[in-house]
Amino acid sequence: MSLSTEVRQVNGVSIVDMAGRIVLGEETGKVRSTIRGLLEGGATKVIINLGGVSYIDSSGLGELVSAYSTAQRSGCVVKLLNVQAKVQDLLQITKLYTVFESHTDEAEAVASF
Amino acid sequence: MTDCRKLLLNFESTLASIDAAELIVERMAQISGFDEDQVYQIGMGVRETMVNAICHGNQLGSAKTVSFDASIDENCMQVIVTDQGEGFDQSQVADPLEEEQLMRGSGRGLLIVRAFFDEVEVGPGSGSGTRVRLVKYCAQGA
Repeated sequence: MSLSTEVRQVNGVSIVDMAGRIVLGEETGKVRSTIRGLLEGGATKVIINLGGVSYIDSSGLGELVSAYSTAQRSGCVVKLLNVQAKVQDLLQITKLYTVFESHTDEAEAVASF
Repeated sequence: MTDCRKLLLNFESTLASIDAAELIVERMAQISGFDEDQVYQIGMGVRETMVNAICHGNQLGSAKTVSFDASIDENCMQVIVTDQGEGFDQSQVADPLEEEQLMRGSGRGLLIVRAFFDEVEVGPGSGSGTRVRLVKYCAQGA
């Protein structure tokens, strides 16, 4: 299952709804280009909604970290929403839960900026 | 799980080979009685090992292949992946859990493999490459 990404705006926050797998290849490239596009468009608040993503490999995790770092350098804050159980396990294993702010409620996530 | 199943393959150094190896071991694990979580962990661990072999070991070189040896018996699944790269010194690999390494965009594959398999051996192959042996015990045999 390839990765789909849709961007919508809620109260000045760019929400990227992702669905599918984030693995090495076209999928990680899609994450990179989507975040790059938002930064080039001047986004300063981004939520990556992983509600439709049940599978991420280490390359996918690395891409999310790179997105976070690139955004931070551009003055943009990136947060995660609706992280699924298997992905949450990987964030624990890799200690990346200490990097990403994560929410389970969209309204709460939008209000958190 | 009663009988022994064994599969020997040589994969080209392409991203498609990574997906193929993952699907093969997942299917082998499913039909041999591993539960859903174990099947996921086996598939993910093999994916990460194949990424290391194909992208880091063989550097996607079209003249290089990856040897893949998967077997299941009544106790466990074993997968041996051997690349034809230059090998690497494990002591020189940074710990991805160290604070200063957390923001790196890569280097977490082996950490995930070690979390998902019961035994992980990394060493030199018969040539210059790297051989990785993975073992996952089934719930009854653990």
